[in-house]
Amino acid sequence: MILDSKIPEGPLAEKWSKHKFNVKLVNPANKRKYDVIVVGTGLAGASAAASLAELGYNVKAFCFQDSPRRAHSIAAQGGINAAKNYQNDGDSVFRLFYDTIKGGDYRAREANVYRLAEVSVNIIDQCVAQGVPFAREYGGLLANRSFGGAQVSRTFYARGQTGQQLLLGAYSALSRQVANGKVKLYPRTEMMDVVTVDGKARGIITRNLITGAIESHSAHAVLLCTGGYGNVFFLSTNAMGSNVTAAWRAHKRGALMANPCFTQIHPTCIPVSGDHQSKLTLMSESLRNDGRVWVPATKEIAEKLRKGEITANDIKEEDRDYFLERKYPSFGNLVPRDVASRNAKYVCDEGRGVNETGEAVFLDFRDAIIRDSEDVIRARYGNLFDMYQQITGENPYKVPMKIYPAVHYTMGGLWVDYNLMTNIPGLYALGEANFSDHGANRLGASALMQGLADGYFVIPYTIGDYLAQTPYTKTPTDHPEFQKAEADVKARIQKLLDIPGEKTVDYFHKKLGKIMWDYCGMARTEEGLKKAKAMIKELKAEFWTNVNVLGGNEELNQSLEKAHRVADFLELGELMVDDALNRNESCGGHFREEYQTPEGEALRDDENFAYVAAWQYVGEGEEEVLHKEPLVFENVKLTQRSYK
Amino acid sequence: MSWVSKTLSSTLGRKLLMALTGLFLIIFLIGHVSGNTLLFKNDGGEAFNIYAKFMTTNPAVKILSYLTYISVLAHVVYSIILTRHNKSARPVAYANSKASTNSAWTSRNMGVLGTIILIFLVIHLQGFWYKMHWGDIPMVTYAGEQYKDLYSIVFFAFQSELLVGLYVLSMVFLGLHLSHGFESAFQTLGLNHVKYSPAIKKLGLAFSIIVPALFASMPLYIYFMN
Amino acid sequence: MNLTLNIWRQKNNADKGGFREYKVSDVSKDMSFLEMLDVLNEQLAGKGEDPVHFDHDCREGICGMCSLYINGKPHGPLQTTTCQLHMRSFNDGETITIEPWRAKAFPVVKDLVVDRSAFDRIIQAGGYVSVNTGGVPDANEIPIPKKIADEAFDAATCIGCGACVAACKNASAMLFTSAKVSQLALLPQGQVERKERAEKMIAQMDAEGFGACTNTGACEAECPKGISITNIARMNREYFSAVVSSENV
Repeated sequence: MILDSKIPEGPLAEKWSKHKFNVKLVNPANKRKYDVIVVGTGLAGASAAASLAELGYNVKAFCFQDSPRRAHSIAAQGGINAAKNYQNDGDSVFRLFYDTIKGGDYRAREANVYRLAEVSVNIIDQCVAQGVPFAREYGGLLANRSFGGAQVSRTFYARGQTGQQLLLGAYSALSRQVANGKVKLYPRTEMMDVVTVDGKARGIITRNLITGAIESHSAHAVLLCTGGYGNVFFLSTNAMGSNVTAAWRAHKRGALMANPCFTQIHPTCIPVSGDHQSKLTLMSESLRNDGRVWVPATKEIAEKLRKGEITANDIKEEDRDYFLERKYPSFGNLVPRDVASRNAKYVCDEGRGVNETGEAVFLDFRDAIIRDSEDVIRARYGNLFDMYQQITGENPYKVPMKIYPAVHYTMGGLWVDYNLMTNIPGLYALGEANFSDHGANRLGASALMQGLADGYFVIPYTIGDYLAQTPYTKTPTDHPEFQKAEADVKARIQKLLDIPGEKTVDYFHKKLGKIMWDYCGMARTEEGLKKAKAMIKELKAEFWTNVNVLGGNEELNQSLEKAHRVADFLELGELMVDDALNRNESCGGHFREEYQTPEGEALRDDENFAYVAAWQYVGEGEEEVLHKEPLVFENVKLTQRSYK
Repeated sequence: MSWVSKTLSSTLGRKLLMALTGLFLIIFLIGHVSGNTLLFKNDGGEAFNIYAKFMTTNPAVKILSYLTYISVLAHVVYSIILTRHNKSARPVAYANSKASTNSAWTSRNMGVLGTIILIFLVIHLQGFWYKMHWGDIPMVTYAGEQYKDLYSIVFFAFQSELLVGLYVLSMVFLGLHLSHGFESAFQTLGLNHVKYSPAIKKLGLAFSIIVPALFASMPLYIYFMN
Repeated sequence: MNLTLNIWRQKNNADKGGFREYKVSDVSKDMSFLEMLDVLNEQLAGKGEDPVHFDHDCREGICGMCSLYINGKPHGPLQTTTCQLHMRSFNDGETITIEPWRAKAFPVVKDLVVDRSAFDRIIQAGGYVSVNTGGVPDANEIPIPKKIADEAFDAATCIGCGACVAACKNASAMLFTSAKVSQLALLPQGQVERKERAEKMIAQMDAEGFGACTNTGACEAECPKGISITNIARMNREYFSAVVSSENV
């Protein structure tokens, strides 16, 4: 299989403009003859559905939540990047492009990233016009802050709830189209399969989560805007319902999965407090501006701490190890996410973790409070401190916070070309569900940017190119392919319900999560990955013989919903391990312990691994086939990241 | 439906009517209580009787009194409509509800308080207002002019402990009703402002104490004066 | 901790439903309320009983999906979402009553899950600025005073959970509706459709069967995002001035 990324010819800065001119258009009067399915209503899905409906296409939008407004984009806190250069501090489209490519450790496509930077400015305009209440200066103009190590202030924000405000903006645009009759909404509906006819995506099979009805929906194109798969780790900052099912179903129908091992681990999350933990809560990265990260200098002191014999405040200055400041004198506590996360893991692996589970480090504001006063710190982080106290019951003004890294974002996803189309014609993937823009590591405040760029400003152009070459005829839902897919879905449900097992779905999910976290998390080794692969295979086999899915299909059945998702996570987990095993280098969020510099930093192998690893599903129980899309860098020079 | 009837049948329109009639009745109470302070004048009821005649004969006052009747009626009718609507909005009640932790008792029981006040009103009107208009009332003459001696009726009535007790108690309920109704009317009308709302709140509280207290002091004064 | 849970169970909308009592033991103070329910559900699943269904998703207090009327209060004893409520707010041996949101406009789907699509329809009636993608002015073309932007933001932080409706003795949706009306009435971008928006959203709110407002302030007191009832006052103003001055006869 040859992967054609369809990147337009010409200079980087002109590619998108040229492409927009070159793509075929659908006459305004003919747009109403095309139906488009959008799965997922987060930033990418809601913005795509609204924009396509505005153009005149008939859109069906699906989400598993009770309302499109609840998609997990809503939880993004920090902000959204845009190369507006409102601050006159030297930002430009090229700089945002450059920062994103470099931040991604040179594993993303230049052309896609440049386009992302280019349309970023339109996103802000669009959101403001919708009534998104971004933070403003006293003069009434938009405020910016710096973020994630960028050297310019280009992040637009709405207090700590930027994702919420942007999503509600997109949701309002979507709602308007629902009222106009151009979007038909299907909440509490889960996509179960993609239907392809003659190799082209022509619809989906869904399950109504309330009645259990299995339904076929036909369309001329299908957009998967279904987010990331961080929940493969069971514990992550993702929402409980976030899942890979839609993407995985597409994958099993032939769509390639790209770079699945690229996951981002966020360093400042509230640590796990016990086995009951269901999800992890992110604390804004901004806390590292004033907090100092440390653990006890020795294992013995840490042990006393864990036993509760002493408290953090009892530990003398000379017994504290400010390990980030020690190892990275110039960046200190502000090293990038992956570096901070990995080092926290190292000190905990040494037995110096500070909570009962031994998996936490301190983030201490003592010195900042002495320096700036408690009021200043409260003004800066008051809401975060309150949230921390609410969850942990500890007062971070008095005792240091405890933090630990957690899975936060997945850079990998369905392989798409420059048009955001997967290798299945008519099947698109947008937002976190695709792999395209963040390489091996995503910069802070770029996820919102990508979701909205894809939905508002990319897909409305690129989908026309495909539809213009597609006949108006609709595939009837009684077409044999639909019937077959429906039957497959029903059979799978029955199979799950029929397993005479004893273990709950969560049992398997937790076990899988632990395997993934231990062996395919922050640091990976060949040995560990091989072990993980065997363990996952075993777990998968056990799942299909020993899971106990309660209830029936014809009702609201959260146990069945979970079972579907976990079954897919089990398969994805194995592929992630394969991908991590294949990539014999360290880059961004993928750190293979065998491949590091003498200082312990990620060591890329540009000669052998400057490619996108796109995996093809070839059949049940068979090893997936790897396809490589070489990454060509014409505009940036590949350098080794260093934060010493 | 015309836009007027459409508006007045919306939840907000109905609330608007409640607020407007309520505020009008608050104004009425001001007039009523200030006129009735004449009862405190130790003149054997002369000033009060002259005032009473003025209030029942002056054409401008007549118009106002008709407005008052309409307001009372509308306030009652709309409260019934709203209560029925509000009840239907929650067909299944909570088994366990701690509403007292999030709202004042008075605000949740305006209907109960209003009903008590309505019963009081019927007794009150029957006792004085009806008699004044259509009842058999002794006449007195001041400066050659004849007046109905309402004062004597009032004086006589408030010799009964039961009636005095009823009046005082009813005024407590009126106070409670007003303590929420006053500021609530402003909120419904959208008259909410960071500068003025705190003052309105205080004024409402003061009003709901002072006016009913003044009213209650009248029967007490008459009862103990004797 | 050991707890007794008194939970509303209802198979589906047609079922009559009723309370059932469950015991959970070994509850840690650090668990969130929903994690405590997870423990119960694992326990029930182990026994082959149908788990208690409840809505939840982000579990960090922002998606608005979790609900639950806990011991007589929406989202329980603290002014936060159920997912952010932790078991340290309860005592060992306590009996906790858990009910679904109760409102005609929020029919029960199953157990503690209710249908809140009425909120979506209120937004669909006008909770937006009618701008298409593209062709909008530069974001900094219209300055907005910081105070106005902040006030609009405060209104916009509504998560649509429905606690206001659940708390209100009239099951009124005024706080929810007014938050959106306010946000857009405050911002210059919302001016063009200002009158129409207020009229349409309120008409839809009424059509859904929510109750009227008695200004008890319960909604504000229970709102996990602290949305103020000044928004209701603003919505009233918007509505009254809209109906008298708009041209919608």
